[in-house]
Amino acid sequence: MCGIAGLQLKNPGLNPELGELVVPMLDVLATRGPDSTGVAVYRRDVPPGAQKYSLCAPASGYDWVGYLAAFERAAGVADVELRPRGRDAVIVTSVSPDRALPLIAGIDPSVRLFGHGAAIEVYKDVGPAAEVCARYGVADMPGFQAIGHTRMATESAVTTEHSHPFAVAPDLALVHNGSFSNYASVRRTLAADGVRFDTDNDSEVAARYIASEMQAGADLADALRGVIKTFDGFFTLLVAAGQSIAIVRDSFACKPMVVAETADYVAVASEYVALADLPGVEKADVFEPMPEEIYTWQV
Amino acid sequence: MAGVTAFELSCAELSVREINAALSELPDGSVVRITEPRGRHNIAVGLTGRLDITIAGNAGYFVAGLCDGPDVSVEGFVGWSVGENLQSGTVRVHGNASECAGASARGGLIVIDGDASSRAGISLKGGTIAIAGDAGHMSGFMAQAGTILIGGDAADSLGDSLYEAIIYVGGKVRSLGADAQVSELGTDDVRLVGELVRSAGFSHISAEDVTKISSAKQLYQFDALKDQKY
Repeated sequence: MCGIAGLQLKNPGLNPELGELVVPMLDVLATRGPDSTGVAVYRRDVPPGAQKYSLCAPASGYDWVGYLAAFERAAGVADVELRPRGRDAVIVTSVSPDRALPLIAGIDPSVRLFGHGAAIEVYKDVGPAAEVCARYGVADMPGFQAIGHTRMATESAVTTEHSHPFAVAPDLALVHNGSFSNYASVRRTLAADGVRFDTDNDSEVAARYIASEMQAGADLADALRGVIKTFDGFFTLLVAAGQSIAIVRDSFACKPMVVAETADYVAVASEYVALADLPGVEKADVFEPMPEEIYTWQV
Repeated sequence: MAGVTAFELSCAELSVREINAALSELPDGSVVRITEPRGRHNIAVGLTGRLDITIAGNAGYFVAGLCDGPDVSVEGFVGWSVGENLQSGTVRVHGNASECAGASARGGLIVIDGDASSRAGISLKGGTIAIAGDAGHMSGFMAQAGTILIGGDAADSLGDSLYEAIIYVGGKVRSLGADAQVSELGTDDVRLVGELVRSAGFSHISAEDVTKISSAKQLYQFDALKDQKY
């Protein structure tokens, strides 16, 4: 089991409450996945052209100020903003991913990149939802959409980097409930095309596959149709890309998913109990996604 | 009913474990209303008393599972496996039901006023399920005994690997599963469906016009030499 949840706000008036709405959803789903928790929060809070890089420190008490200085030196810029969150930090800079990613890999290889883009911020760690969300202050985060995951590990180790979401391309993040059975084969195919992996996790392969399809020109729905054709196993996937979120379930639909849509938001979760406290949910259009159908929403 | 006592138990104040413990101690004939269910799992499971229980809202997984006696009514929708392993009594869902409604039920009647999702009546072992609306894919999978009535349409692979259970469909069947076949509707079938439609309180199903699905019994004996694929 794992729990997945997502919330996209159609009513911008709710944006200040995004984190406050999402944390209880994940907390309820901790029963489905007590091992680790992660969330990708999307908000537009940087100048046009600027990028946010979500960085994970090897341990708490990391010298982020020193890291920032090293990054500025290496990039030849002086305007990098540091936003520490718990053990980790987001750095905001005009340096593009093409240049920034090799720099981040080189400055301190023990610092891991968990996501990057103009809107996305990724926080994930070992521990149940309430604890991890409190560690990063997720409840205080505004934004227009978020996806999250509570993990019960089946395919790979319980570590911070094996936690979901997997955010492997600009503003793209994936959470997965289930297990892929042919992921090693798909990984070999992708690796042969030059795709590199951070972990041995099955869900990362799906995230890299979607990123690779979208880089080749597919839109999110096309990439998910490709997942249905390419991947074998059980999966309910929730993917966020830019201003969209999308869901897909395998042909057996063994892993649950409930959608609640109102004029103000679209909310998805593994179980309705995670949606039950959302404002106005009693009047929402509530349904279960059909197997092998792609559902997308855009703000 | 004379002499009944009405109780109200709130999920906002009590844990599901406390609610089920309280329900299990009530005398036969008690009338209970469970409020604020908010999608909680395992409400009213494992009860043997002749209770009249109403769940006032949407409930989660396994509502009324393992019960042997009570009449449970849900004023909303339910999650996976409503009435799982039901022995006797009734469960009525006024909204839709998620996957595996009535899984392995040995007896009793489960009525769903809305739609049922995938695998409704999976491994049914003698219970009766009446669905007013549509049923999802692989409904009736490996059902061994009992009756499933689907008032609306059935999705793919209906009755896959069916044993002795019988499925009646008022609407269209998208596809049949392995070893399921359409069979002739007899007078006994019409009488049985008519009675079921009446007990379920449905008004949109004509017992003479349903399609009967039963097992073709070609999978009953495994033929190790067949096709020699392995």
